[in-house]
Amino acid sequence: MALLLKGGRVVDEAAGIDAVLDIVVKDGLIVGVGEDLTIERGETVECAEKVILPGLADIHVHLRDPGQEYKETIASGTRAAAHGGFTAVACMANTDPVCDSGSNVRFVVERAAATGVVRVYPIGAVTAGQAGEQLAEIGDMIAEGAVAFSDDGRGIQSAGMVRVAMDYIKRFGAPYVAHCEDASLAAGGVVNEGVVSTRMGLPGQPAEAEETMVARDIALAALTGCRLHLAHLSTAGSIDLVRAAKARGVDVTCEVTPHHLFLDEDALTTYDTNLKMNPPLRTPEDREALVAGLLDGTIDAIATDHAPHAPHEKELEFELAPPGTTGLETALSLVNTHLVAAGVLGWPAVSLLMCHGPRAALGLPEMRLEAGYPADITIVDPEARVEVTPEWFVSKSRNSAFVGASLLGKASDVLVGGVWALRKGKVVG
Amino acid sequence: MLTSRHIMTMDDLSPEEIALILDTAESFSEVNQRRIKKLPTLRGRTVVNLFFEPSTRTRTSFEIAAKRLSADGINFSASASATAKGETLRDTAKTLAAMSCDLVVVRHKYAGAPQMLAEAMDCSIVNGGDGVHEHPTQALLDLYTMRQALGRLEGLRVGIVGDVCHSRVAGSLVPALRKVGAVPIIVGPPTLMPARPDILGAEVAYDLDEVLPTLDVAYLLRVQFERAARMPFPSNREYATLYGMNLARLEKLPAHAIVMHPGPMNRGVEISADVADSARSVILGQVESGVAVRMAVMYLLLGGADSGAAA
Repeated sequence: MALLLKGGRVVDEAAGIDAVLDIVVKDGLIVGVGEDLTIERGETVECAEKVILPGLADIHVHLRDPGQEYKETIASGTRAAAHGGFTAVACMANTDPVCDSGSNVRFVVERAAATGVVRVYPIGAVTAGQAGEQLAEIGDMIAEGAVAFSDDGRGIQSAGMVRVAMDYIKRFGAPYVAHCEDASLAAGGVVNEGVVSTRMGLPGQPAEAEETMVARDIALAALTGCRLHLAHLSTAGSIDLVRAAKARGVDVTCEVTPHHLFLDEDALTTYDTNLKMNPPLRTPEDREALVAGLLDGTIDAIATDHAPHAPHEKELEFELAPPGTTGLETALSLVNTHLVAAGVLGWPAVSLLMCHGPRAALGLPEMRLEAGYPADITIVDPEARVEVTPEWFVSKSRNSAFVGASLLGKASDVLVGGVWALRKGKVVG
Repeated sequence: MLTSRHIMTMDDLSPEEIALILDTAESFSEVNQRRIKKLPTLRGRTVVNLFFEPSTRTRTSFEIAAKRLSADGINFSASASATAKGETLRDTAKTLAAMSCDLVVVRHKYAGAPQMLAEAMDCSIVNGGDGVHEHPTQALLDLYTMRQALGRLEGLRVGIVGDVCHSRVAGSLVPALRKVGAVPIIVGPPTLMPARPDILGAEVAYDLDEVLPTLDVAYLLRVQFERAARMPFPSNREYATLYGMNLARLEKLPAHAIVMHPGPMNRGVEISADVADSARSVILGQVESGVAVRMAVMYLLLGGADSGAAA
């Protein structure tokens, strides 16, 4: 049975396409992209007024499975991903137990195959138990399907430990994914150090807690030759460091989150714990620097740092609540609302920042809207209105920093390997 | 009356409302000199002291204030309460709300606790100190004490000395002084300064001796050793040498200037015993003012003249 996506605006910067075209899908693959295509038998989907993108990938999510299934599971998290227009996610290792062994990676891979509706790529821990002291079994994890290594959730404090990790990981060709936070400088800060920390009486962490580690990890990547991917950068200074490192030829990529792009510390007028993030929301000037980094190619990927938490965990005093916001379901709508519809950047750039850039950063299989590639396709209705209410989420958790927002544009349909994961806005399966 | 139902930060009060509270407190302070120190004003109203941090002076001050206005005062302290069993602040608030209290005074280790209570409860909230954020009734009683001792507030130069970044007292006193037209100057080592003192609207100084001759009030803050992540100065001795108020420094103050401290004092660190006990010190006057000011706050929040007998 074939599938014909008829008359959508097909946008894929890597394939050099931005035109109204038809796409034919057969046996899980794209078999044709062109004008006036027809199929003998099968389903035709009218895509007029839709934007068709190569399958979006979110390379920074917390699926919480195993161990914290009350927040999210691989089943619920991949459904949230499909709802948000993603065909693939890479999940962080800070589960319980920590994903620091081959068998733990295998659990994620097998559970994803059995219950997931989008592709799941596990990220293994760098150090055993993410304790920052001894290498985890990187080789075993690679053999079971880990695509990258990270102690995300906390920074590895010892430069010597990072050097050993980078040296070791290098031979497997996988990237070291850095959570840049100097704990002695962050000092337990729960908001950005500055105006808001002073006004609200909350402990702050300075931008330099991130930037000193960005500088260190770039230096170590240059020393070791290991590929470095910097997670959730949040400050102007970090973007400057990456821009300079790329100019010198260091093998470094980086991501920013929608919440750091579209919110800043000025949003903190109450003690709303859905606005507690790590790294914290920064200043409006930092936010502008992140957008500039998107435009000049310094930033490779938009990744959500999807961090689901249960209500009883978030309904605490600001200093006690865990950091993080969910992100999978709002990212694309936010990008359209604040960047595409606002005229800051176009859909070709979105195909780079949400598909090709993130995939290249972690070395995931490339997806293109070209014959021969797997049919991982995201179809966007750019005119759809989204009212973000707690009930709207498919994720198990509703701790979104964007609850109450009115957004423009939404993934309407998602194909993963030619199979519907989202159809007419509803998650399939 | 007050426009806000709550006093959680100094932002809840206008300059006129601050003046009203101080004037009302003045009439109550007369009551506190009587042999029978009791008014029927808040009879039948319930005031809960919800203290999640150990406190003697603030809790006692609110408790006495409630009793002198004939309110039913209940003390709820965290160590003896459900919180030890892991109940959340929100649930504690809802539980208390179900018992229909009229006013809750809250003291909590973390900033924003009063705001959480206000969201979960349908009564007035008075912030009795939240984390390192604010402690508005302390600032009000400090204004009251300054006005009594110096006859005015406008134009006063008040040096707030020491551990500013860990001080909820400074968190409220700086904006309070700004509202009444006084000039706050925060003085201390940079390691004890907030990240952005400029947004508080205070002048900043690092050298106490330079500032002393310009002050009307030297307000010493308690060094909060328990809140600092790492020791922010080399030794108590060096701190006392650079920032401690002693007799030699007292000499550098103008003759009319007064010395204040919110208590409890670290004698020998931020203030020497002879200064604390000197005639220039109004530290016990602050404690005395506290009762009258808290009576005024309760009276004005709970309906004032509408609630029955006037002061």
